[in-house]
Amino acid sequence: MTTSADVVIDVDGLRMRYGASDVLHGVTFQARQGEVLALLGPNGAGKTTTIEILEGFRGRSAGRVKVLDADPAHGDEHWRARLGIVLQSWRDHPKWRVRELLAHLGSYYADYATEHVQRPWDADELVAMVGLTEHADKQIRTLSGGQRRRLDVAVGIVGRPELLFMDEPTAGFDPQARRDFHDLLLRLADQGETTILFTTHDLHEAEKLAGRILILNAGRIIANGTAEELARQIAGNDEVRWTHDGQRFTQSTADATRFVFDLFRRYGEAIADLEVRRASLEDTYLALVRDAEAGQGRAAAGDLQAVA
Amino acid sequence: MPRAATALRAGFARGLIELRQSFTGSELVGQLLWPVATLLAIFFLRNRGFGASGFTLGVLALPSVLGMFIAFGTLLMVQYLSAEREDGTLLRARATPNGIRGYFIGKLVTASGSILVYLAILLVPGLLLVDGLQVGRVGSWLTLAWVLLLGLVATQSLGAILGSLVSSPRGAGYLSLPIMGLVAISGIFYPITALPEWLRWIAQTFPMYWLGLGMRSALLPDDAVAVELGASWRHLETAGVLGAWALLGLIVAPMVLRRMARREAGSSVAARRDKLLQRIG
Repeated sequence: MTTSADVVIDVDGLRMRYGASDVLHGVTFQARQGEVLALLGPNGAGKTTTIEILEGFRGRSAGRVKVLDADPAHGDEHWRARLGIVLQSWRDHPKWRVRELLAHLGSYYADYATEHVQRPWDADELVAMVGLTEHADKQIRTLSGGQRRRLDVAVGIVGRPELLFMDEPTAGFDPQARRDFHDLLLRLADQGETTILFTTHDLHEAEKLAGRILILNAGRIIANGTAEELARQIAGNDEVRWTHDGQRFTQSTADATRFVFDLFRRYGEAIADLEVRRASLEDTYLALVRDAEAGQGRAAAGDLQAVA
Repeated sequence: MPRAATALRAGFARGLIELRQSFTGSELVGQLLWPVATLLAIFFLRNRGFGASGFTLGVLALPSVLGMFIAFGTLLMVQYLSAEREDGTLLRARATPNGIRGYFIGKLVTASGSILVYLAILLVPGLLLVDGLQVGRVGSWLTLAWVLLLGLVATQSLGAILGSLVSSPRGAGYLSLPIMGLVAISGIFYPITALPEWLRWIAQTFPMYWLGLGMRSALLPDDAVAVELGASWRHLETAGVLGAWALLGLIVAPMVLRRMARREAGSSVAARRDKLLQRIG
């Protein structure tokens, strides 16, 4: 049992409607303090809409939403001071220098320091933490995409947030920038003070970084659990292959260990070439994304017909 | 309230940082272009007489263009707001506690500081170029100070209101046309007494005309008043119109700005960027 004091995000039956189309159909989930959650889903699944509602940047059509014990639609400045936000695309403050911007934005948080939480984060320390020390006095517009993104994360955590939202933090990264970013996020998560919710459409990223994964598809949460739980929950059965009397067999089963045990008990040493293929989350997720995109393709084709 | 004090302090710091940015490096050329070009025009007008008034055009024009540069605060605010909505600066302010308040204080400081620099660039060499301005009187500077103060508040809050209504730098470009139109009929380049009566009334509704008049009343000798409407400096009316705009701005601007900031979200910034890329592509 978790007490309600541990629950940092509590979403129940969240709905969002733009005009005649529903973007979110009753999204429900919780996040506890210190968790790292991935909101995983294909493009157009409603990830950004969900996270913007939680950030208090967007209203909602229906449902109950609590973030740090407040309704984000009515969050005050004190509530805002406990949140960190990294959006999909920032191009702001191009003429500012890296350290200058962090020190400036940090100054707004000084009033919200508590006995337990020192606010803001020291600008030099933060610059070092995100690996931008060499660039601390450079203008932000001269940074590369990966450097800019690390600065965005630094801005997101400058107030030492209790809860950090990140929307597609690694979109457009090269592999090195992606790995650097992952290391940064894992270090942050290791400190255990900050609850992190990030969106991604990359399953590997979600598996690597998140303690728990929520899969959002077409406005619904279709799976919620650790990577292992999801593999069982949505990928379904493992595949067992073997030969017996020179003949090949393939069997799909929910409990491969049990099945293999029974197989040996029944046939003993007559079993050869045993292979167990674990259920792959990736296969299922990719199939799901394909379905979602095929759906979009159909919609686009419909649009074209309407135009023609 | 300590938190309001923090926003005020952060806003001032922000304004000064951005003021420094806008007057360093390649920005400097763009900043100096208009005041220097205006100064050149005054230089060439310094010996040309104006009708039977006994004054040279240079003397009459210098205080008027000071008024015009104060009125540019409207355009500056519109440009800042439209550009910084598009690049996400405003949204960043929204994600920061008390950030929106700090942001607008910063903008007022940057715009006011820029205008003070323009005025200094015009006034200091201008006093050497043209003879006959009254700058030895304490009253001149007092008048200049109150017209300037009311003018900064009135024009920038008007700019903030207009800036929150346009959604892109393109819109800001369109908006600058009517504002330049108001400058054109405000008696700064062309005596208002020579305009048809209906245009005169339009001009007198907006702050630009009164800023020019106020600056002329501060810096010109008393007998120059003969050129003005009703042969009067009309200080009471100047304070009334500028004060009314300032008051209106102070009440309305925070309301529309809050409304604008509330509508900002990450996806709206991203959508505008995509639109921009499509236009370029």
